[in-house]
Amino acid sequence: MAITLNVIVQGVLTGLVYGLMALGLSVIFGVMRVVNFAHGEFTVIAMYAAFILFEMLGLQPLIVLLPIAAAFFVVGYLLQRSLISPFVGRAEHEQFILLVGLATVIVNGLLLVFGPDARPINLPYSFDSYAIGSLFIDKVRVYAALGAFAVAAALFLFFRYTRTGTAIRACADNLTGAAVVGLDVKQLYAVTFGLGLACVGAAGTLMATIADASPSLAQAYTLLAFTIVIIGGLGSMVGALVGGVLIGVSEALAGFYIQPSMKSMFSFALLIIVLVLRPQGLLGRRL
Amino acid sequence: MLAVDGISVYHGDAQALDEVSLTVDEGAIVAIVGANGAGKTSLIRTIAGMHRPASGRITFQGNEIAGLPSHQVCNLGIGQVAEGRQIFPSLSVSENLDMGAMLPRARGARERNRQRVLAMFPKLAERLAQAAGTLSGGEQQMLAIGRCLMGEPRLVMFDEPSLGLAPTIVHDVLKTIRDLNAEGITCVLVEQNVAVSLKIASRAYVLENGRITLSGTGAELLADARVRQAYLGI
Repeated sequence: MAITLNVIVQGVLTGLVYGLMALGLSVIFGVMRVVNFAHGEFTVIAMYAAFILFEMLGLQPLIVLLPIAAAFFVVGYLLQRSLISPFVGRAEHEQFILLVGLATVIVNGLLLVFGPDARPINLPYSFDSYAIGSLFIDKVRVYAALGAFAVAAALFLFFRYTRTGTAIRACADNLTGAAVVGLDVKQLYAVTFGLGLACVGAAGTLMATIADASPSLAQAYTLLAFTIVIIGGLGSMVGALVGGVLIGVSEALAGFYIQPSMKSMFSFALLIIVLVLRPQGLLGRRL
Repeated sequence: MLAVDGISVYHGDAQALDEVSLTVDEGAIVAIVGANGAGKTSLIRTIAGMHRPASGRITFQGNEIAGLPSHQVCNLGIGQVAEGRQIFPSLSVSENLDMGAMLPRARGARERNRQRVLAMFPKLAERLAQAAGTLSGGEQQMLAIGRCLMGEPRLVMFDEPSLGLAPTIVHDVLKTIRDLNAEGITCVLVEQNVAVSLKIASRAYVLENGRITLSGTGAELLADARVRQAYLGI
C-alpha cells in the first residue's frame, strides 16, 4: 500500500510536468485551431538547452527555466509570424504536413548535433528524496512539479486578468468579432504560439531533470501531449493539467507493477476509454 | 468623409460587389438598402478591411484605405456594429467593452468612454460581470454598439442592427443611432427595415446583385415607385 502510494505521488509530480507541456499544445489549438505536431520535438530541444547550459556553464535547470521559456516565446512568436501564419485557417492536412515536416527537421537536426545517446543532467541532488512518513519523494520531481505548477498558474492568470490575455480569449471566442473591433489577430496569434512554446520550453527544462534528453523522446512526447490534451479536453487549460496528472499516474503505476516499456499501452487505453465515454474530454466543453 | 470608388469584390469565383461607388459626407446618416444577398454585408466588411477589393479605391478623410488590415482601418476611426452582433459570448460584458478599446487611438480614453457607454446603456452597467452570451438579444445589440463606441469611432457602420429584435427594442436601437449622429458620429446604416432607415437617412443607396442601382436622399427614395414596390410592398 505504502509503495503504491509512493508510486502514485511520483506519478502526480511527473504528470504536472507533462501537463505543462500539454498546456502549450492546448493553448495553441484552442485559439488558432492549429495542432502543433512538432510539440514533443520542441520539448526535447528545451531538454538539450537545459543540458548544454548545465554542462557548459554549470547553470541548474531551475535557474535557466525562465530564460529558456522566454527564448522559446521569441522562437514561437517568430515561427508563427513567418512559417505558420499562412497556414492558419487552411485545410488540416496542409497544417499537418507543415508541422510534421518541421518535426522531422528538428529530430534529425538533434541527431546530427547530439547523436542518439541519452544525455542526463546529474544535479547534486538528483538522487535525494524527501521522507514523509513511509513516503520517499524524489527531490527533483518535487521541484519540477512546483516549477510546472507555477508556470501554468502564471499562464492562467495572464489569460484571465491581462488585456492581451483577454484579447486572445476573444479571438478564440469569436474570430469575426475580433476583426470587427479591430484586434490585431495576427499579432495575437503570434503571441499565442509564443506562449505555447514558452510552456514547452519550461516543461522541457523541468523534464530534463527527471528524464535523460534524447532525440527518440520527441515523437513519444508529441503523442503524449496529444493524448493528455484529448483526455483533459481540447482547449481546456485545467483539463491539460488534469490529463497530465492522470497520464503521469497511469504511467508510473504501469511502469512499476507491469513493465516500464508498457507505460504507453496504458496511456492509450485510457485515451480510448475517454474517447468512447466522453469524446469531448474530461473537462472539454464541446467538440 | 468616406468615398468608395468603383470597388469589385469576389468571394472565390462568386462576385459579391460590382463596381460599387458611394460617398458618405461627414455628419450624415447614409442608408444602404437591398435584398438578402445583394452584397450589403460584403460592402461593409470591405470598407472595414475584412475583405480585400479586387479593384477600386476606398478613401477615408483623404487617405486610401483599401487593402489595409481591419485593425488599422478601425484605428482610423471607422467602427462597425456587425451583423449578428459578433459579441464575445464567453467573455464578460466588461471584458467585451474593454476589447473595443484595444485600438491605440482609444486606449487612453478607456475609462471616459466606459462611463459614457454605461450612462447610455444602464442595463449593461447592471450586468458587467455577466458572460455576454447570457444577455438577451436587445442587450447584446446594446453591448455591440457600446463596444464599438469604446473605440472612439468617427464613422460607425451599422449592419442590420434591428435583425431579430422585438419592435420596441428596434425603436430604441434606431433612436440610439440618431442620438449618436446628433453627437457628431457619421453613420452608415444597412437595414432590412427599409421604410424606417430611409426616414432617418440623409442619403440612401439601393444595392441589387452587387450593384448600386439607385441613389438619392432618403425622402427621394421613399417616394420612388420602384423602391416602394420592391421594398415597401406598396
